[in-house]
Amino acid sequence: MSNIVGIEHDRVTNTTSTDFPGYSPDSVGMDWDLEKFKKTFKLDIKYISERTANFDLIGIDTSISNAFRRIMIAEVPSVAAENVYIFNNTSVIQDEVLAHRIGLVPLKVDPDQLSWINKEADEKDKFTDDNTIVLSLDIACTKNPNANSNSTDPDNLYRNHKVYAKHLKFEPQGRQVELFANNPVIPCDPNILLAKLRPGQEISLRVHCILGIGSDHAKFSPVSTASYRLLPVINITKPIVGKDALEFKDCFPSGVIDINEKGEAFVKDARKDTVSREVLRHEQFDGKVKLGRRRDHFIFNIESTGAMPPEEIFFKSVRILRNKAEYLRSCPIGNLN
Amino acid sequence: MSKPETEDIEMTDDNKIENVEGNGAENEEAETQVDRTKITLLPGATSDGFAASFQIIDEDHTLGNALRYMIMKNSDVEFCGYSIPHPSENKLNLRIQTYGGITAVDALHKGLDDLSDMCSHVEEVFSTQVAAKDYSTEEP
Repeated sequence: MSNIVGIEHDRVTNTTSTDFPGYSPDSVGMDWDLEKFKKTFKLDIKYISERTANFDLIGIDTSISNAFRRIMIAEVPSVAAENVYIFNNTSVIQDEVLAHRIGLVPLKVDPDQLSWINKEADEKDKFTDDNTIVLSLDIACTKNPNANSNSTDPDNLYRNHKVYAKHLKFEPQGRQVELFANNPVIPCDPNILLAKLRPGQEISLRVHCILGIGSDHAKFSPVSTASYRLLPVINITKPIVGKDALEFKDCFPSGVIDINEKGEAFVKDARKDTVSREVLRHEQFDGKVKLGRRRDHFIFNIESTGAMPPEEIFFKSVRILRNKAEYLRSCPIGNLN
Repeated sequence: MSKPETEDIEMTDDNKIENVEGNGAENEEAETQVDRTKITLLPGATSDGFAASFQIIDEDHTLGNALRYMIMKNSDVEFCGYSIPHPSENKLNLRIQTYGGITAVDALHKGLDDLSDMCSHVEEVFSTQVAAKDYSTEEP
């Protein structure tokens, strides 16, 4: 069976994995074989920058790569604000809205340096220097005494009229003074606007940040996106030349199709294709081109919120899946009732 | 199945070491920590053990679909399927039927072992390639 998902103008074909022993007479020997997997599995890193990573997983099933993707979004832990204690807020933004905005600010904290909160613990023993990061925000807006008399620009008229994420100040507790001496907790992006003030208004609050996972609340997700797509395949079955070739080229994003010296269209880089199916709307290309996607070739794109490098998020997702399997393996099978 | 046996032996060895070093109470605590509610056998298992359904709690499609795939990659297994009976209950039902070569529990355990082997390999390949630094650090 081919591992190409067919893409036609109104349908997709050959979509499900069939690499199971017993599926058909020629699927004998499709048993799981680690050595075979080691030979066929390929990983190709395209780039890893500070915030994003792009790499290909080749020779792996959808169910597995989908598990990695789901874990990156919902189960890799990170740190976010959980409780906001507001002492004073005379701004126009309501306490709960402000608290929500603060909660969504990604923080630069290595999650491995914190331990999990014990949910059952007594309220007063719950937060310790081991599991909680404390931030404070104290800001008051004042008039700028040196303002231009005929200016209407708030930046010129007022001081501190915009409250940014960078105004959240880290307050190390106990052993955190030493632990975070070289890498104090700061928001990953300093210029997230939290509130606007006018002279006489002020905000004073404290924030408790804890470890959590994305399935509990999206603010704990370490990625802004983690997605994959299948590698596009473009198969030109009959030569396309001349004026048609130019039109053919324009059916795809730039860089996908090129035209050689004989005036014939050829596939230069199918990876860049978005599989828009535009080419299938043109009658003159009927039967000349086949579109598809490789079912076992995943192009992953991970964008970190900034708390962790993107490659570390993927590492953790693989480890979490393995831990799930190993933990379940170690559990005795109980009997219902 | 020789692999689980060796693991069992290793487990008991660990317990012995703990017994020598720590006190008895600590060991008792470790035993009560064994999670007996994580996976249970559902009604509908055959008496020979070749077909059985399991209920796993606090798991979803993430593990369910990956594990189903791994179990189906076993030629002793005739059928494997999973379902989330209700989206607001964190339960996962898993059905395994074998041809009779191995029990459903063994098929489940083999699937879990294969899954962790595979993850180990993916992690190894990824870490060697990240360490090799043979890639661009700029987003094109």
